[in-house]
Parts: sequence; structure tokens; C-alpha cells
Amino acid sequence: MEIRLIQRAGERANLVIRGARVFDPDVGIDEIRDVVVKDGQIGGDDAGLEEIDGAGLLVTPGFVDPHVHLRTPGREDTEDIATGTRAAAAGGFVTILAMPNTTPSTDSPAVLGALIDKAEQEAEIGLGFLPAITVGQDGEELTEQGELAGLGAAGFSDDGWPVANAAVMRRALQYQKMTGLPLVLHEEDPDLSGNGCVHEGAVATRLGLPGIPSISESVAVARDALLAEYEGGRIHICHLSAHETVTEVRRAKERGIAITAEVTPHHLLLTDVELENLDPARHKMNPPLRSEADREALLAALIDGTIDCIATDHAPHAANEKEEPFEMAPFGVTGLETAFAACFTGLVETGQLPLEVLVRRLSSDPARIFDLPIPSLADGSEANLAVMDIGADWLVGPDDFQSKSTNSAFAGETLRGRVRLTVAGGQVAWRG
Amino acid sequence: MNRHLISIADLDRPEVARILRESHRFGEVMARDLKKVPTLRGRSIVNLFFEASTRTSTSFELAGKRLSADVVNVKASGSSVEKGETLKDTVLTLDAYAPDVLVIRHPCVGAARLATQYTNAAVVNAGDGAHAHPTQALLDLYTVEREVGPIDGLHVAFVGDVSHSRVARSGALAFRMMGAKVSLVGPATLIPRDAEQALGAEVSHDINDISSADLIYVLRMQRERMGKGGHVPTLREYATMFGVNHSRIRTGQRVMHAGPMNRGVEISPALADDPITLVERQAGYGMVVRMAVLHDAVARSGSAAEALAEAV
Repeated sequence: MEIRLIQRAGERANLVIRGARVFDPDVGIDEIRDVVVKDGQIGGDDAGLEEIDGAGLLVTPGFVDPHVHLRTPGREDTEDIATGTRAAAAGGFVTILAMPNTTPSTDSPAVLGALIDKAEQEAEIGLGFLPAITVGQDGEELTEQGELAGLGAAGFSDDGWPVANAAVMRRALQYQKMTGLPLVLHEEDPDLSGNGCVHEGAVATRLGLPGIPSISESVAVARDALLAEYEGGRIHICHLSAHETVTEVRRAKERGIAITAEVTPHHLLLTDVELENLDPARHKMNPPLRSEADREALLAALIDGTIDCIATDHAPHAANEKEEPFEMAPFGVTGLETAFAACFTGLVETGQLPLEVLVRRLSSDPARIFDLPIPSLADGSEANLAVMDIGADWLVGPDDFQSKSTNSAFAGETLRGRVRLTVAGGQVAWRG
Repeated sequence: MNRHLISIADLDRPEVARILRESHRFGEVMARDLKKVPTLRGRSIVNLFFEASTRTSTSFELAGKRLSADVVNVKASGSSVEKGETLKDTVLTLDAYAPDVLVIRHPCVGAARLATQYTNAAVVNAGDGAHAHPTQALLDLYTVEREVGPIDGLHVAFVGDVSHSRVARSGALAFRMMGAKVSLVGPATLIPRDAEQALGAEVSHDINDISSADLIYVLRMQRERMGKGGHVPTLREYATMFGVNHSRIRTGQRVMHAGPMNRGVEISPALADDPITLVERQAGYGMVVRMAVLHDAVARSGSAAEALAEAV
């Protein structure tokens, strides 16, 4: 059984980028030089190719995002495969995995098959799918994971919801022995979260908003790490937000449990002080923005490898859904188009995160977790690369998005590192 | 100065003092035979209430009328809200009638702030979820000034369900701004996390700690917000452990409550009826304070200012 990445068939890329900073920590490249892409492959003779001036540009392996909501089927008014994968390309991504909380849920071979057919027509970059762990993401009956794996599922997830019932989780871990695919877990104890909508702490207390306590996440991760240990299973923890959860993941890794974890750019960059604006379009997401101590713990964990990769949790919503009072608006912010620029500006340029770590955690590290092709700038590789302008400021405006939705946590911010070119699967997927 | 009154944090100490002085001026008018002034003649005020209210809605309505404004009351029940109209559309619709002031109460935090995006009127928050109730805090300050004396240096203890209370949140801000010390006394399940840091108040879970306070501000047990398996085992146990009654009050202490009261739960019936309890005074002063707030809101809403100067 092989993981299927689907991309619309297109013209092979033929171009040369002259004099850019070429950076691929995985193969040990960091120099000012040319990058040749010929017939969709890195390297070769540069005669007669389209010339791109690389001055002020950074070329890296393309990015991989294992956590994207494409809203298809069911909410194509907020995103579809064409716009979502174009948004991904505009953010430098060459491979993404789509979550199953669609309408209907991506929980059956029929729905997955239809999505694959659609992706073959529309996907600008490599698109894989994470079908549901349980039917309807109801947390009760397992989906037909054998058949779904046969169709090329990259793993299974009930993202948006936890698998609240420990016995169901255990059964999913047992069943995993036959598919070998990771269980990708949104970790939350629904009883502890209650009707919470922001991080439980001083800001929530001042605003009078119901809180989601950090332990809602860490308790769930501790439980599932123990279950995975007992069953010998493999789990990937979505969007860590709390320092207590970092501790649990670290402990599980020390015990040898097959656990990996991701963190979003917004949790690495923002904290609950943003909530004073009461703007759900920018700052309401689940898990919520937490404290500065949490943010620092997440960043340290990303650097030391406790957290394995960055994922955006790109969650588009219609503008009108986010014009409600904070408590009523849906959770989620977009992220594909700002991920690199936000992290580069807020973390690399401020000296908090080495560029090497950022590039690995956005590219080769998530690819390894999910057994996806590793984007590489080595000669002979299929061209999967991103080209960023790291010299110019970009004021993130509402008209700048390829996504159908604009609910970005970084709207109105000035960032550096806007993506100018993405080559995915040997095809030009984005020019900006 | 902010055009809108969303939170006590929109005001500073001199502004609060000025509103309290204006309240007193209107209080003197209310002592006359003809309890009406032409101050807001030709102005219109919309009271938009998405939540049940007796005191706040009545006093805002009367306050507007005694200032000679045209007052319209819109309640969620019986309005297009029942047909699924969003807050945005309701506010935009009302804005088409060009009111000078929009008074809004809503069960969600931030609703009043959100309304400011869709109206040219000055917005006055009459309660948004558990967040803020600034006119309640102002009338509480006014009540204390009239009935007790200067606020600076007083110690106010809020007792009970702090978690669900916008009265406590706005009150803590307002009393601290005016120089009082604030403490929060209640069951650990009803004091929100990091309350000391968030509200600048001492926290205690022992009712005996109200003994050092000058003012005991009793909070309503918001049973409707607690759900099953609530925050206290039983209301009986709550009354036993935290109910405020004569045996827990010492001479000289005054008792406040924003109403509506759960007699026999957070406050004993006998104490509720005792003149040391200011609850009726609070309700009465609510109207003159809201006259001052509405007057201020119109004065601050742009073009209205000159017209007002002529009228007065």
C-alpha cells in the first residue's frame, strides 16, 4: 500500500534562478549560486532556459504541510481543492495533507475516491489525504481503514475532534498494525474544554470568556501516549499549544513511544494578549493562543526536536461567520500563505530560531514523519522548491490571498519572506 | 476620550469623577416636581436588549425619556433576531434610523464592541456576557459616594460567583480606579483562574475574610449559566458556606447587590431587607447615572455636540 499524492498534470518546469542564496540544510548546501530546473528536475544544462534574477532571493526545498483544511466537499464557498492548493503553492508548499472534517466527512472509500478524482483535475501541488479515524468523526465506529489505505491514505485523523473514548482509540491503534499509517490526533478532553473558546488564564478571566485549560490537551496526550505504548502504535500529535503537552511528548519520546508532534506558526508567534482585540477572524482557533511561557516552551521544543515539524492548520472560514461575537464565531485561521514569512520575520530575523531549523521543520521533517517524498535541492532530484523574497517588506492585506478566505492571524502585519516562485513535482505551481 | 462606553477601561479617573458629578446634577433635577429636562430633545436612543433585564432596561428607558430623547426599545424576543438575524444585520438595520445612542445588552463577550463597527451611534454597553457592565459599576460608585462617602481607601469585597459576573469584573476595575482595595471571596470553583493577576484583587475562599471589608458586594449565583453538575454541590451548602447574613456582618459594614437577588442563597432575606443593604438605592441611582451616561454619549457623538450646546 502506497501513499498517494495527487497533482494535476502540467508542463515540466524549465528555468534557471541566477545568483540566489541556495539553502538546503539536508544536503548541506548554503551558497550564492544558480539553480537550474530542466524538464522538472534539478540540475543540468542551463542553455536556453527562462532566466530569473535571484538577487535578494532565498531558494529552499519546498515545504510540506501535514495539516490543511480544504473544506471540500461541503464548504466550497470557503475553500476548494483548486484555491487551497494554489494558496499552498503561494506559501511555498509542494505537498500538503488534507483533513477529513468535511461535509460529508472524508470517512469512506467513496468520498476519498471522489476527492482523488477531483484532485487529479485541480491540485496545483502534491495533495494527500488523511481520512477519518471514526465514521462521521463521531468517535464511535472505525472507518474502513484497510480500504482507505489501499486508495492511498496518508494516515487517519478525526481532526477538529478528539477520539474521546479510550477504548475506540485503543482499537484504532490495534487496527493500525495492518495499515502502518500514523494516527494524527487532535488532542483535547471535551469535558475539560467545555464551552471554552480561549486559553484559560488571566486574559480570559479579565475578558470574561470561558477558558480551555492547558490540561485539556496534556491529559489527552498523556492518555494516548500510554495507549500507543501499550499497543506499540504510532501517533502524531496535532498543533501543540501548551507547555504541559510539550512535557508529555518529551516524556513519551524518552520512553521510546512512536510519537511525533507538530506546532503551528501562530502558536509559535502569538499569545493570548492578542485576545484583547476580541477579533475572532484573527485570533479564535482551537487550540487557542496560550501564554508567553507556553509559546517559549513550544519554540524551545521545536528547536530541540521534541516537536518534529511545523504545520499550519490552515482553516478557512467565510467572512460572515467570523463577524459574530467572539464566543459564537467558529474556530480556525488560515495559514498556508503566511507560514514561512511569519516564522522568518518573527523568529528567524529576531534571532529566536535558526533558518536551518525553520527550513527543516517546514520541509524534510514533516515529509519523513509521513513517509512523503523529501523535497531536495540536490542535483537529479525532482524539482520541489520554494523561492522567497527575504529583502522586501510585505504588508499582509485582505486582497493578498489565493485562499477564498481571509481569516489570517497575520492580516495587517508587515512580514518578510513572501514567496515569489514555487516549483512542485517538477511543475511551476506559483509565481508571485 | 472614547466615543463609546464599552468598558470602565474606556474612562480614566477624572472622567469617572465628572460622570459622577453630572449624575448628581441630574439627581437634583429628579428631586423636583417636573422630573424632565429638555437636554436631549430631538435625539433618539435605541435600547437593544438580547438578554432579560428589569433594572437596566427600565432605568435606561426612563433616563432617556427624562432627558426628552425619543427612546425605542428593541428586545430579541419578538424581533427579527428570532428569525436568525445576525447581530451585524440587526445593528445595521437600526443604524438606518440614525439613532444618536445605541444601548446594547447581549449574552456574548464583545457584542457591544462589535456593534460599534456597524453604527454611527455612540454605543453604550449595558452588559456583554461575563465581560463588562460599565454603567452598573458607575452607579455602584455613585451609590457608595452618596451613601457611604469617598471611595478612595475603602475596601470592597465581592462575594460569590465571580466567574460568571460582569458586575464583579467592571466593579473591580472601577473601584480600584477610584482608589479602593478589592478582594474576591468565593468558592474555588467560582473564582476564575489567575483572578488576582487579571483583576488586581486579593482572592480568598473563606467567608470570614469579608470581616475587613467596608463594603460587602454580594454577587448573584448565576444558576442558569452553571449547567448540570454545577460549580457547587448544592445551593444549600453554598448558602451555609458563603451566604451573607447578619451573623457574618459587623457594625458599619454596608451590603450591595446588583440584583436580581436569590434570597436565601447568596443573601439572607433579613439582610436583603435591612437598610444597611443598598440594593434599592443602587437601583434608584441607576437612573440618574444613566442620564449622565446618555448625556455624555450624545455630547461625544460628533455633530451632536454643537446642537447640544445650543439646546442647553
